Parts: sequence; structure tokens; C-alpha cells
Amino acid sequence: MTEAQTMTALPALSLARRELVRFYRQKARIIGSLGTPIVLWALLGSGLQAAFPAMPGATASISYLKYFFPGNLVLTVLFTSIFTNISVIEDRNEGFLQGVLVAPVSQLGLVLGKVSGGALIALIQGIFFLSLAPLAGFSLSLISLFQVVLAVAVTSLCLTTLGFIFAWRLDSIQGFHSIMNLFLMPMWLLSGAFFPAHRAPWFLKLVIYLNPLTYGFSAIQVALKSENLSSSVLGYSSALGVELLFVAVLLLIAIRVVSDRKKG
Amino acid sequence: MSEPILKVKDLVYSYPGQKHPALRNISLEVNEASIFGILGPNGGGKSTTFKILSTLLRPQQGEVRICGVDVVRQPSQVRSFLGVVFQAPALDKKLTVEENIYHQGHLYGIRGAALIQKTEALLKRLGLWEKKDEKTENLSGGQKRRLEITKSLIHNPKILILDEPTTGLDPLARREVWNYLKFLREKEKITILVTTHLLDEAEDCDEIALIDKGQVVCCGNPSKLRNDLGGNVVNIKSPHPNELSEKICNQFNLSSRILGKDVRFRPAEMTSFLGFLLRDCSLEYDSFSVGKPTLEDLFIEKTGHRFWDEATSNDLGEGV
Repeated sequence: MTEAQTMTALPALSLARRELVRFYRQKARIIGSLGTPIVLWALLGSGLQAAFPAMPGATASISYLKYFFPGNLVLTVLFTSIFTNISVIEDRNEGFLQGVLVAPVSQLGLVLGKVSGGALIALIQGIFFLSLAPLAGFSLSLISLFQVVLAVAVTSLCLTTLGFIFAWRLDSIQGFHSIMNLFLMPMWLLSGAFFPAHRAPWFLKLVIYLNPLTYGFSAIQVALKSENLSSSVLGYSSALGVELLFVAVLLLIAIRVVSDRKKG
Repeated sequence: MSEPILKVKDLVYSYPGQKHPALRNISLEVNEASIFGILGPNGGGKSTTFKILSTLLRPQQGEVRICGVDVVRQPSQVRSFLGVVFQAPALDKKLTVEENIYHQGHLYGIRGAALIQKTEALLKRLGLWEKKDEKTENLSGGQKRRLEITKSLIHNPKILILDEPTTGLDPLARREVWNYLKFLREKEKITILVTTHLLDEAEDCDEIALIDKGQVVCCGNPSKLRNDLGGNVVNIKSPHPNELSEKICNQFNLSSRILGKDVRFRPAEMTSFLGFLLRDCSLEYDSFSVGKPTLEDLFIEKTGHRFWDEATSNDLGEGV
């Protein structure tokens, strides 16, 4: 390994590991992150069951708990990915970040470390929620399970990087919450998780196609072999490919944002 | 004399939206294996200088070379020479003492057996080995500061820079930090640059740069600078400092400085001055003291104003 690679890979691994260690040492975070998606799924799934037959994509053979499962999975990943970036603001406010900035760490190492750590936490949460898939009536082969996990991982990476770009520029957690809440629900609602893209008016369709979550959701939904496939915009590989393209573009933006700040 | 390990030339920095520049033509030279102090009141430009030296800020004008390497052109290389200790602790509270050091090692490309051995050696030397599995949030202020210094030494830096390292520590912990800095300078030959607003700490430095309003006021060995000022200083505490000052000045044709309730003189002839004070002014003062000029006297002499403004003095109490 060259010195430049060491100064990217080693700090990145260390920063990512630190995110995970911090996560499992804060019991409240574990309880909240594992409990919230289950409660949301159970409440919304059961509560909306009565209204379900009138919804798009509804069929007589599917329960709303099952219908809502992929949407709830991306919602979980969305929230966790975005909000793990609170650690960026905490690190800055607590002084930890300045110690990283004066070390000879490459910008790529810093971004990859923070982002992959956050994405791993979102992935763990996603996998935990996915373990409930049989309860929703899904029976997954090993291959489709692998496909779902891969799609969740790429979606988490994409969303964490997006959150990182905002968090890096903000110095208050409240400000970050407000800004992200402005994006989060529209992103979820316009991802195909709530209503299918092809039925939306043209201006919403445009937003749906520009929304990174759309492709992550599509890939997850196809891999899960969910019944309401009509809301998927692309097939599995294409959706995953577009999502990876989003990851690459967002990573480049993140590196740019970090280097701006580094220059002071 | 060999080339200075740290050289700052004509450094200028202005924060956007600020009327006055934070730094105006700061120039410094720090010799190898010395303790160099940047002493100045709050808002004088210490922290901005520190941020530039630590590569967090880019200078707008001027040049900074550390071990001969330009900070702006090759920041990564400079970072590998530098150990940086910030005023606000850069520790992760949720990690243990040992984990914090391991993480720091990884940031500097150190890993495996080399990292484990170095961590153990450093923690033992700083008396933190027994605390290695303790979460950082459970350490005392002094221990955190020691850990911070330990952490910054993991990559064998050539120069250690510390921003107000004893802020918030009790006197015993302060002494401990300074003893350790002296140990590093003597045994490890590490060059140390420290910013401080504490006059007594500046006395522990081999050289100081006194800065005020973004400018270097004077530079040199602290006792030499004080001796160069010469004579003795009489500081009189009085409920009516203006009247007392006028009375004494008329008698001796001296100039005085009134700083709050204090009047300070540097009389040429001490015996007659004290005689007059005791005999003719005994009802007009509460107390007085005689001593060699302090760094504060030097500061007042060079800048024409007090090191501490009134508000700060009141906050900190007397004798600072």
C-alpha cells in the first residue's frame, strides 16, 4: 500500500469504526433506532389497513403491512442515514473534528470514514428491520436477500453522503434537523414508496426522477419481489447503477465541500 | 545559530466582516528544542496565529515555514511534523483512553504493533496507563489535558503547538502540564510553542513574543526583557489614585500609570520615594508593593495599556 493509500484507508477505517463504537455505546440510540421502524410499521400498517383497498397498487391478496414494508424499510434507512450525520456537527462543536483536520488525512479519507460509518449504522438498522420480512409475508431466497441488503447498503451510503454535505456546512444540530426535515418527507413521499411515479403529474415526475431515494427504493422493491411493482421506475441492476452514480457524484461534492472548509 | 524550526514572516489575517485585521505583520522565529510562548491578552491575535500554524486557517499574506516546509504549499507534510493540542479538548468522550490514542495513531498512518507499543510507552510515561480502559468522559480535567498531550505525541512530532493548554485547570494540574512540557523539551528535544494569556506561565518559556492587537510588541527571553526594562516598580493601591498620583508626580517629577485603583511608578531613587510615601501620603493609600518589573509592566510600557482590561481583572480576581 502506498503512503497516500495508507493516509486514506487507515483513517477512513478508523473513523468508520469509531462511528460504530459510539453507536453501540449509546444504548438510547440502539433502542430508538431498532424500535422506531417496528412501531411505525405496526401502527401505520395496521391503522391504514382499512383504507388500503382504495390505495394505488392495492390488491385483494396483499395486506397493508406487506405493502408498506419496503416503504417503511427505506424510511428507516433514510432517517438513520441522514441523522447519523449529527455526529459531524457534534464532532465540530466538541472539538474532535479539529484534531482530524490538522492530521495529514486526505479529504477522501475523512469523507469516506464519516460517511461509511454512518451508512453502516443505517445498514445494520435496515438488516434488523429486514429480519421481520417473514412476518410481513415475504419469503426471500438467499439471492434476493443478498440483493436487498446490497440495495439497502448503497441507498444508505447515498443518503449518508447527502446528509454529510449539509451537516458539514452547518454548526447547529437544530439547524440541521430543520433543514433535513424539509427534505426528508418530500424525498420519501416522492420516491415511489407512497405512490407510483407513472401516475404523478409531470412536475412531480421530474422530482421523482431526480430523487436519489427513488432508485434505492426501486432496487429494494424489485429485490423483495414486492407485489406493488408498478411503482418501480427501473429494474434492479439499472436502479442500483443509477443509485451508485448518485453516490459517486455526492462523494465528489462532499470532498469539494470539505476541501473548501479546510482552506478556511 | 542553526536555522529556526519555525519561521513566521509578515503574517496578515482579517476575518470577513471585521473592521480591524486580526493579525498585522506578525513575524516570529522559534529555535529548535525551546519552549516559545505567544503571550497576549484575549483578542490579541494568539488564537488566529495558532490556527494558521496548525494549518486550520490559510494566511492571507505572509509566510509560515515549519521545518523549512511552507504551510500553504505543503500542508500535509507540515501536518506530519506537527503535534497540535487545542484549547477545547479534541477527545472522543465515548471512547476509552487507549482507543482515543489508537484512533489518533490511525489518523497519522501508524498501526499494528508499532502503535500498540508506542501507546503503552506514552501512557505509562504520562501516568495514564491505569486509566487506559476508562472512558474519556470519566477523566478529570488534568487527566484529559495529559491525554490530549499524549495523543498529540503519537507520531513523534518535531514541534508541539498548544493553544492555552492550562485553561480551566487547577494550579496543581497547571504545574503538572508545565513540568511535562519542560520534560519533553529537555529529554525528547521537542520544540514547543504555546499560546497563553497567563503572565506567570510566560515566565516558564525560553522565549516569548508579546502580542497585542495583532502585532508583535516585543520578543525575547522573559527575564532578559524584564531586566532590560530596569529599576523597580512601586504599585500603590489607593481609593483616590488620581489625587495620589498628582501629589507624588509633583514631588518627584515622575510619570505614573493609573490602572483602576492602582497607581504605578518606576522611581529612580527608591529611598526618598518610599520615605515620602510613608511620611506624607500614609492616609492616601491602602497598601503598596515594591518589586522588579513584571511582564505586565513590560506590556504596559510597550502598549500603554494594561494587560487585563477592568472587566477581565474583576472576573479573575486580583493577582493575575
